[in-house]
Amino acid sequence: MKSFWKRFLANPRVIAGLAWLGVVVLVALFADLVAPRDPFAIVDKPFLRPLGAYLLGTDSLGRDVLAGLLHGARTTLLIAILSTLAAVAFGTLVGAVAGYYGGLVDDVLMRLTEFFQTIPSFLFAIVLIAILSPSAMNLVIAIATVSWPPITRVVRAEVLSVKSREFVQAAVVAGQRDSAILITQVLPNTLSPLIVTGSLLVATAILIESALSFLGLGAPNQMSWGFMIGAGRSFLRDAWWLVTVPGIAILVTVLSINLVGEGLNDALNPRLADL
Amino acid sequence: MSEAVLHIEGLTVALPDWSDRRHAVSDVTLDVRREEIVCVVGESGSGKSIMGKSILGLLPRPHVRATAGRILFEGRDLLTLGDDEMRQLRGGRIAMIFQEPMTALNPLMKVGRQIDEVLEVHTAMKPAERRARVLDLIRDVHLPEPERIVGSYPHQLSGGQRQRIVIAMALALEPALIIADEPTTALDVTTQAQILHLMKELQRAHGTSVMFITHDFGVVAEIADRVVVMRHGEVVEAGPAADVLGAPTADYTKALVAAVPGLKPRPRDSAERAAPLLQVSNLEKTYTAQVGLFGGAARKVRAVCNVSLELERQSSLALVGESGSGKSTLARCIIGLEAPEAGDVLLDGERISGLSREQMRPYRRHMQMVFQDPFASLNPRQRVGDIIALGPMIQGVPKSEAHAEARELLSLVGLKPESAERYPHEFSGGQRQRIGIARALAVKPKLIVADEPVSALDVSVQKQVLDLLNQLRKQFGLSMLFITHDLRVAATVCEEIAVMQHGEIVERGPTAEIFTTPRHAYTRSLLDAVPGKEWISSLG
Repeated sequence: MKSFWKRFLANPRVIAGLAWLGVVVLVALFADLVAPRDPFAIVDKPFLRPLGAYLLGTDSLGRDVLAGLLHGARTTLLIAILSTLAAVAFGTLVGAVAGYYGGLVDDVLMRLTEFFQTIPSFLFAIVLIAILSPSAMNLVIAIATVSWPPITRVVRAEVLSVKSREFVQAAVVAGQRDSAILITQVLPNTLSPLIVTGSLLVATAILIESALSFLGLGAPNQMSWGFMIGAGRSFLRDAWWLVTVPGIAILVTVLSINLVGEGLNDALNPRLADL
Repeated sequence: MSEAVLHIEGLTVALPDWSDRRHAVSDVTLDVRREEIVCVVGESGSGKSIMGKSILGLLPRPHVRATAGRILFEGRDLLTLGDDEMRQLRGGRIAMIFQEPMTALNPLMKVGRQIDEVLEVHTAMKPAERRARVLDLIRDVHLPEPERIVGSYPHQLSGGQRQRIVIAMALALEPALIIADEPTTALDVTTQAQILHLMKELQRAHGTSVMFITHDFGVVAEIADRVVVMRHGEVVEAGPAADVLGAPTADYTKALVAAVPGLKPRPRDSAERAAPLLQVSNLEKTYTAQVGLFGGAARKVRAVCNVSLELERQSSLALVGESGSGKSTLARCIIGLEAPEAGDVLLDGERISGLSREQMRPYRRHMQMVFQDPFASLNPRQRVGDIIALGPMIQGVPKSEAHAEARELLSLVGLKPESAERYPHEFSGGQRQRIGIARALAVKPKLIVADEPVSALDVSVQKQVLDLLNQLRKQFGLSMLFITHDLRVAATVCEEIAVMQHGEIVERGPTAEIFTTPRHAYTRSLLDAVPGKEWISSLG
């Protein structure tokens, strides 16, 4: 059996996804070096076509679209990753406790999870932002709040199946405490599905963040892809590139994350992928 | 004997590139003649099941496929047949009986209808004729009240009854050949004896040929006319059952026969009785079926009823019983994995039942457990050294010392000390069970509770692990509570046996006494059901 990394990197779709994500991450990290100016700064006449003085043209106020795209990558990615981490941390905690202790604890926690799942997630996120007021931090909170239930369900199901295995009983017989058993014996064995679900959650987070920014509920004074689409949508017929360029950026990034996520899944569950 | 019904010639089955072996089956040639039972016997990984599946074209294509050879059945090469012809043959001229009767039957369909379906697909019989035939078949396999059985769903029948239904389905079209892949392995020993008897009887009555795939030489001795021994995908030895079992020629067969646990009762080491280490008195454990948030009538199962037993220092007691007898629950109550409702467990005179996990911790160093499944009992994400050192570290042994002891223990159980740095998946089942034993010994316990420690292992590995346990018992002066369903294993390991049925101990005494003069009817039926007992006794 080949190692995980060999199987993961032998998949051409994973390579394509990783390549694009690598570019996006580099751009997000070094946006200030590549495009040192404030992306909100007016640089020229409005509505300059792409491939002219500016590679991707200018928008309705004469701002450089390329600079916006580069800085937008940073905002979008940062919010998506932070909210995913928060959702994974909280979801894992709830799922692990519910699955390990079972009984009444499980009943209460899972009903709570279902309560969150039954609210349409995007509307819920809009309501949260409306209450909390738009800011980068509140975006993270809102996206994490609507994304943790699936993580909880995955972790709980895994914990339920792992905790009945004999090595957990062996740890009980050895005298290990519940918290130590959960952390050292059970949770490491739930990692594979958690990593896959988590990676796919980043894609969802990007979509939610973009949609909120599109509606004008994004982080103020921070360029993001969703905000660019929202600002350019009234000029769709005159200046198609204002919407198309960030739209394609979102599409390709989300697609790349899904490719990598699926590649992770195939590499972590090789039997499933091969047969 | 007459001509061959099935003739396999030079069969080679290739495995996918990523497996650790090139071929599952390589260059196998064998015959199944008319009206005979051929036992294909081998340990796990010998390719015996793949060979059986390739006859019916049931290999997981395209990754596993036959690359060479011929399978001739009634003049046709089965490897070259198309899907439609193959479908006609399956169930019609060749039938298959699988290991697990629950998964072989559709849980949503009444069993009578499932047998009826076979007839409907393959014959032109009218519904009334088919119904009569179904009832006949059910009578043939000796199921009581055929009218009631046809209207039952699989879950309403016991494991043995389900396997009888599967056999009835296999016989429905009077096939020329039945391939039975470990058909009795999932069954209790008394049920196994009945099913083996039934298969032999039906095979004689219907004049069918049977290819019987098994790992158990006892079963072979019970029913085989001829035996084919397989190892690593190759045929090691083949011949009439009496020859292969009585005077094996190949070294591998000799080793396998020698590894079959004998029926010689283990004698007591000394006549004098020592003070008891473990005392269990009037233990009760009832399971209540889980009730949901909004309740419902709870169902209660008494798993252990009023059990009392004693285990002397440095001795061993086998708890023998079939599945559902409560033997594992009793062991889990003693080790503290389950809380009994009533009764006491005393270790060295101190009461250890009814303690919290916290209060129990100091006693953990005196008793440890060896688990059944070597693949589930080791955490796949921890190094072997960490797994073994966990117990001592909880008892306050410094980390470096615990790890040094873990390495010593590994060499004691016959593994390299460097194994401590590796992960469980790098070891075979037998090696993992050795690691499990090392883990149990790490805290230097006085009592080991072993729950079916060898039932998941091949017979040759089983013998090695039993020998190891035996040697360690002497070396460490251990007492052992050994749970098993196999009287043969119990006889070789323990000097005392307690037989459990329906949560109660029905008979208890020295092994020799139980074997020579069993008092309880259930003990007698268990002894009678041991497969191949005449042959095993003849081995001495």
